[in-house]
Amino acid sequence: MTVPATDLLLEATGVSKTYGAVIALKSASLAVRPGEVHALMGANGAGKSTLVKILTGAVRPDAGTIAVRGRERTVHSPGEARRGGIVSVYQEPALIPDLDIRSNLRLTETPVEPFRHWLRALGLEDLDLSSLARRVPLATLRIIDLARALAIEPDVLMLDEITAALPANLTERVLEVVGRQRGGDRSVIFISHRMIEIAAVCDRATVLREGESVGVVDVTEGSEERIVELMLGEIVGDLPARMADLAAPAARATGAVPRLAARALASATKLHDASFALYPGEVLGVVALEGQGQDELFNILAGSERPSGGELLVDGSPVSFHHPADAIRAGLVYVAADRAEALLMQRSVRENIALPFTTRMRRWGLIDLGEERKKVDDAIATLQIDTRAKGEVRRLSGGNQQKVTIARWIAGGVKTMLCFDPTRGIDIRTKHQIYLLLRDLAEAGAAVLLYTSELKEVQLVCDRAIVIFGGRVVAEIDAADADEATLLRAAYNLKADARMPEDLAAESVAAEAAAEPAQPVSDR
Amino acid sequence: MSAATDTVGGVRSRPADAVAAWARRNSWTIGLLAFLILLLVFTKVIQPRYGVPGIQGLAISVLPLALAAVAQAIVVISGGIDLSIGSMMALTSVVAAALMEGQSGEFAVAVVVGVLLLGLVVGAVNGGLVVVTRVPDIVVTLAMSFVWAGCALLVLKTPGGRAADWLKDLIAGSLGSEWFPRAAIALVVIVAVIWIPLRRSRLGLSLYAIGSNQLAAFRSGVSVGRTKILAYAFTGLFSAIAGLSLAASTGIGTPVPGPYTLMSVAAVVLGGVSLAGGRGGVFGPIIAVVILQLIRTDMTFLNVNTNLATVAQGFILIGVVMGGSLIQMRRARA
Repeated sequence: MTVPATDLLLEATGVSKTYGAVIALKSASLAVRPGEVHALMGANGAGKSTLVKILTGAVRPDAGTIAVRGRERTVHSPGEARRGGIVSVYQEPALIPDLDIRSNLRLTETPVEPFRHWLRALGLEDLDLSSLARRVPLATLRIIDLARALAIEPDVLMLDEITAALPANLTERVLEVVGRQRGGDRSVIFISHRMIEIAAVCDRATVLREGESVGVVDVTEGSEERIVELMLGEIVGDLPARMADLAAPAARATGAVPRLAARALASATKLHDASFALYPGEVLGVVALEGQGQDELFNILAGSERPSGGELLVDGSPVSFHHPADAIRAGLVYVAADRAEALLMQRSVRENIALPFTTRMRRWGLIDLGEERKKVDDAIATLQIDTRAKGEVRRLSGGNQQKVTIARWIAGGVKTMLCFDPTRGIDIRTKHQIYLLLRDLAEAGAAVLLYTSELKEVQLVCDRAIVIFGGRVVAEIDAADADEATLLRAAYNLKADARMPEDLAAESVAAEAAAEPAQPVSDR
Repeated sequence: MSAATDTVGGVRSRPADAVAAWARRNSWTIGLLAFLILLLVFTKVIQPRYGVPGIQGLAISVLPLALAAVAQAIVVISGGIDLSIGSMMALTSVVAAALMEGQSGEFAVAVVVGVLLLGLVVGAVNGGLVVVTRVPDIVVTLAMSFVWAGCALLVLKTPGGRAADWLKDLIAGSLGSEWFPRAAIALVVIVAVIWIPLRRSRLGLSLYAIGSNQLAAFRSGVSVGRTKILAYAFTGLFSAIAGLSLAASTGIGTPVPGPYTLMSVAAVVLGGVSLAGGRGGVFGPIIAVVILQLIRTDMTFLNVNTNLATVAQGFILIGVVMGGSLIQMRRARA
């Protein structure tokens, strides 16, 4: 950190930004040397995205200075930033869906030949430039985005979670290309939640916490611990202990009636034979690769899709759901990975939590406002929801939004909770709070079904796990035995002693990624 | 730089592929054209005497609405909507007719230029208000439709004024073969001179970009506000041309807006322009206008009550758009 200011390629000091009452950035600083790959780290809501937006001119800071090669700059738009040598690849593709790739290049004045060169370097050989962007798979779009940015040869290239939607093989190529940028006079600012990637390509890391730069770490052997410590602040100490005693599976009374039992559930081509039992007081994990029928299973359980065969029993009696309201009435509530599916983004935290609860109350007439407020307040307190932006849910961070979707069911008193990858894209701290919450629910007698794409969550939260492959439940594993390797083997439907074919894994994930933004299972 | 881009693309795709790709991209317009030809055949069958006068009448009656549809298409492609097109047409037509009355043909040329500029300015005011006030476009342009209609009535209280003779001659009769009505030629020339260069420019690209995904466009370096204002300005320009054509075809200026605003929205939808923005062109809406007009003509030939014809037109609109999306959905699944 004792580099003279003029040697820095990019320097941001004391940058702050508030949106109404919400402080997105308190005082962020970032110093990037020429030729380095610099990681920008921080939990969700720490202010990374805001800082990136400010650096690229998409958002104007309230205070602070930004200097490029020692000269102070103010940028007003992404176009201006690009001409000044700062280009960002955002989390969502920035290609215009209704224009073909060639027109998209023309829009950003990107030279075509360098673009093709970078495409090849990134492992995309035969791209038809006349295809509409909306017809190109998400993973490919991310690569196009990156190649386009590289072709402009910016001084500073910002990559915001570039690998999040990529299958393993493409991730490798991207990291390779990013790594090769080191040592020149250009720099890369690299944002990722994956520690392995940071260790692989980054020289230094700046850590943000709650809108402030809390430290700069040289990325070397063992620096991960330090980064996590900085990211989490003081909370990190007491969590592992708590998690440890969670791993003990709750004793299940033999002969108890399952809260929810599925017998040979089937749905068109995706789900063939899903049978399992979920008991009160337990968290049952569901593990599957992308697209093995888990989406259909959860849709059926939540009442938004009808099964084509099989039977569903709640508390021992058969049910059939025609509408999500039927499922909710039977005590089955659904928490989706995509918060936008569940929340009224323009409404307040209070209204969002009270929504399912008041629709139930209305049947007896007026809403009991006092009672409602009490239950909502309890739920907010239990979940430690950050309510600074309570007026409109869309202004909350992703983690807090997810807590709101869970809180609404807690407020109503939950019997069975169906969670579909509830921690996707959420920072570690909030993840841990959600784990604790699910455990607390189970201890209070509720039944929780948890599909997760993060295999290590199974041992952290679940009592046992079922594995779905090709639309069938192929295995049931106790949490004690459910280490990541075992689960992954089961998810690929391999015998415990069979060797894991790594390339098969990459292929399968790649195929899924074409259809959906997959979380590559193989590199966790 | 754009020349280099085109060459590189040309090398990669064979001509046959290019044609196929072009046809796929313009499948809606091609389908409409086929429908129009069928409709013409049908017209000839039910009314064997339908011929040159019919085509000429069709071209003249279609011209103002076709131009209004082009105006609407431009702003809808950019993700907006303009409900003041009818009022802008009324305003520009009365200004033109009032100024041309009793003046020489040369003066009328100056008036035409002035009215086109007026259209640009009026449209830019619409766009500027949308961008600056951040009031939804549908509200701003609805409000401005009252303003422009009021202004038109301030210029002329009742239909009056007089369009220059050369302006009237521009769209009357035919050129070369009697099968080529001047009105149709004028339409093609106007669109070719303004729309095609616009479509190929960076501004045209930006129009589609902000209509398709405003955030992505902003991040691609497009100035969203400026592009939006220019989109409305072009809509104003085409409204002015439509107003001039109205004055030319009737010979006078009419201060009361016709049914053009809502008809232009209908034509845009039927013409394959997505109301969500970003998709479509101006040729589809033009063909759609001809189809809508021809259906009315056919109804008259078939002695259908005109009120019933209007009802039928509404259902045809829904039916065609629904059928089109069904075909597209099936193709997307295949």
